[in-house]
Amino acid sequence: MTKIKHAIQGFGRARMIILIFLVALLLIAPVFGVSRVASLNDMLTRFAMNAVLVLSMVPMIQSGCGLNFGVPLGLVSGLLAEAIIWEYKLPGAKGFILAMLLGALIGAILGMLYGFILNRIRGDEMVIATYVGYAIIYFMNMMWLTLPFKNPSSVQGYAGEGLRVTISLDNHWLHVFDDWPGKPGRGVVLTIHEYLNGQWTPQEFKIPVGTLLLFAFLALLMWLFFRSKTGTAMTAVGSNPIYAMAGGINIKKMRMSSVVLSTSIAAIGMIIYGQTYGFAQFYTAPQFFTFPTVAAILLGGASLNKASITNVILGTFLFQGVLTLTPSVINSAIKLDMSEVIRMIITNGLIIIALTRKGKKDA
Amino acid sequence: MALLEVRNVSKDFSGNVVLKDISFSLDAGKVLALCGENGAGKSTLMNIIFGMPVIQDTGGYEGEILIDGQVVKFQNTSDALEAGIGMVHQEFSLIPGFTAAENVMLNREPTKPNTISKITRQMKLDKIDAPTMHESAQESIDKLEIELDSHNMVGELPVGYKQFLEIAREINKEKVKLLILDEPTAVLTESEAELLLTAMRKLSASGISIIFISHRLREVMEVCDQVVVMRDGLIVADADKDDITIPEIASLMTGRDVDMDTQNAHDAKGYEPNGDVILELKNLFVDMPGEAVDGVNLTVYEGEILGIAGLAGQGKLGISNGIMGIYPTLGKIIFQGKEVPLNNPRAAQEMGIAFVSEDRRGVGLLLDEPISWNICFNAMQIQNLGLKKFLFFNLRDEKKMTEIAEKYIEELEIKCTGPDQLVKNLSGGNQQKICLAKAFCMQPKLLLVSEPTRGIDVGAKELVLEALKKYNRDNGTTIVIVSSELEELRSVAGRIAVVDEGEIAAILPATESSAKFGLLMSGEKLEESAS
Repeated sequence: MTKIKHAIQGFGRARMIILIFLVALLLIAPVFGVSRVASLNDMLTRFAMNAVLVLSMVPMIQSGCGLNFGVPLGLVSGLLAEAIIWEYKLPGAKGFILAMLLGALIGAILGMLYGFILNRIRGDEMVIATYVGYAIIYFMNMMWLTLPFKNPSSVQGYAGEGLRVTISLDNHWLHVFDDWPGKPGRGVVLTIHEYLNGQWTPQEFKIPVGTLLLFAFLALLMWLFFRSKTGTAMTAVGSNPIYAMAGGINIKKMRMSSVVLSTSIAAIGMIIYGQTYGFAQFYTAPQFFTFPTVAAILLGGASLNKASITNVILGTFLFQGVLTLTPSVINSAIKLDMSEVIRMIITNGLIIIALTRKGKKDA
Repeated sequence: MALLEVRNVSKDFSGNVVLKDISFSLDAGKVLALCGENGAGKSTLMNIIFGMPVIQDTGGYEGEILIDGQVVKFQNTSDALEAGIGMVHQEFSLIPGFTAAENVMLNREPTKPNTISKITRQMKLDKIDAPTMHESAQESIDKLEIELDSHNMVGELPVGYKQFLEIAREINKEKVKLLILDEPTAVLTESEAELLLTAMRKLSASGISIIFISHRLREVMEVCDQVVVMRDGLIVADADKDDITIPEIASLMTGRDVDMDTQNAHDAKGYEPNGDVILELKNLFVDMPGEAVDGVNLTVYEGEILGIAGLAGQGKLGISNGIMGIYPTLGKIIFQGKEVPLNNPRAAQEMGIAFVSEDRRGVGLLLDEPISWNICFNAMQIQNLGLKKFLFFNLRDEKKMTEIAEKYIEELEIKCTGPDQLVKNLSGGNQQKICLAKAFCMQPKLLLVSEPTRGIDVGAKELVLEALKKYNRDNGTTIVIVSSELEELRSVAGRIAVVDEGEIAAILPATESSAKFGLLMSGEKLEESAS
């Protein structure tokens, strides 16, 4: 009984408001001719795309390095791995899996450098992380132009060198996991009849089974890790570093491991995102993920030094729900594009709330 | 007529009485020495007289304070300053980047009007009259008979001079009639302290009354006219200097009656060290801020309970923190014949040493985690307790952890809702018991306990001390307890080492008289203690 009570209290006011908002949008959607099935399908697809990126926040939060505003470091690792794999023209699932492994490796190397910096500036991680995040984006923008990529489908057509701004994944591994185990190009699709605009119409509901399983697998590994001896030590470092030190834990090593983990998983997350999205945008994409990813895990109920898999799932679902439902429903309702504004308020509002709570940890 | 009269002052912090019915008076031009152990209530009394806001915030005080026969009730420190009271705190409040004169005259600078201030009629825009300022500051400094130019930057001065400067600032205020000096000699060298005492005599001769708080009893006797001794919130003695001796003061500060002392010691075990040597400290130096250790040599015997006593800041806490490698350490630590690697908490714990920190909330606990985590964490990380294998992961065995936690909850009577409760929601006493459980859980050969009863209520104190005694009796574990409460140590320990200025002043049996301990802690050297 007390556990149920705790669960309700733990759910939190912010989440409750967003959830009610979402449910309300879903309820009124048909009034404006918006399909509920299609909206829910959208939410599920976007959840599968983003969940791993949000998952990448967990290790650094748990070890007390704070919200990973340096997530672009992982994103560029993923993009670099993609570009390299394409050079060797490895398409399909094989190329996709190799890209993820390579991305994780590059992420680990960059993560070590990043961890080295973060270990020298304890207490100001989030500020420095933001700078590192921006810096790596612009550094890599130069690299995309100068690294000797040769594959004609990757490089800019007229110059013959430098990566294109947008590369389509059609010829690589578009939807390989999304469609699995259904037919390639179609996937696992349910047909649901929905009462819309005065009649029953069939709606397709596609489940990205493979991508969801991939997330489930990574989430399970993460869950196991944080139940292990090392994971316990990492959590203790985030909870009270001096306690951990007195308990014989090497704090710097733990923080370093968490940064490497976070960056590697972010690299994998980027590649999974691309697989569903269908394009790789080398120059612009990395800067648009930081705040939404941070906001998603906060919405899921994470604090500055505590995050769980539940936070990841809940947060991604709610955040992507707001992102997909507000444009379709609200824009149809008031014929005005409000979605961007609402998204801004939620994203930045959540981050501000989390940061202002920083000092009140003991209260 | 008395300059200061304190009548029946009482003060409690939310039910915890720290001052009971305090009355004394001080005549103009006299020096009153206030003696007492840590926690006797000296600081609270001074805070009341000086009108510190902390007193108002915690519900004010009872009784009356009279200055020149007038009842005063200060709301804040400016009221007290206005009434002619100056206070020099233990911590410096000087601005390092300003000159000596600027510090002395801060916010009271002599000014000259200029064109702009005349036009705007703003006094704040007046120009500072630097020559007059330096003249006035230098005058105050000279009164203290020290060689110091008022143009010197404060940041570059030696510590002793900063202390003098604080006093110069107080006496520079025209109205000052009463000066409160809180441990002014604690940071001074002997010769500097000598200078300060001379200056104090001079000040009192010029009609300023002084309340002088010090642990150094010899200094007290040199300079004061009147001695007030406090213990546990009461005044236990108020006498003229000539009517009281140093040993008397010392025993009044610490003492309970002798009968009780022997009673306590009967209960304690292992006064005659007869076991093997378990721990040897050789020339141990620890750089712990505020608790530095300067070359300690100490031998601990197997199976005994050793107490380490000493006043705050003398380095007793540094010893246990140094052994555990929490603060930078030099020297040699030999445990069971093997050398303990320095500055390596893991190695010390792997060898079988456990530690209960004095900083419960900072070092001792994971406040945001459940009880079971807190109890098992060190044992898990060091000894792999409460783990199970799964694939290639070493997973937490939550069931085992809950069992262990439940065992200690029952044994130590920890009041909680269960092993899942977060530690931050427990009371201080129960948190302390968790810290003990954490140490017990490692089944150490040597247990270091720092300030086990700090900040917990009387009932919990008894339980904690009893638990330590029981653990020593049942498992034969050697325990070293560091505490600023002498009586508490005497009730559990066989031998007590007294630490003074970072060194061991002496090791005495717990049955030794209170007076001796009091003298040692006040920096007096005893003939007998040399043995």
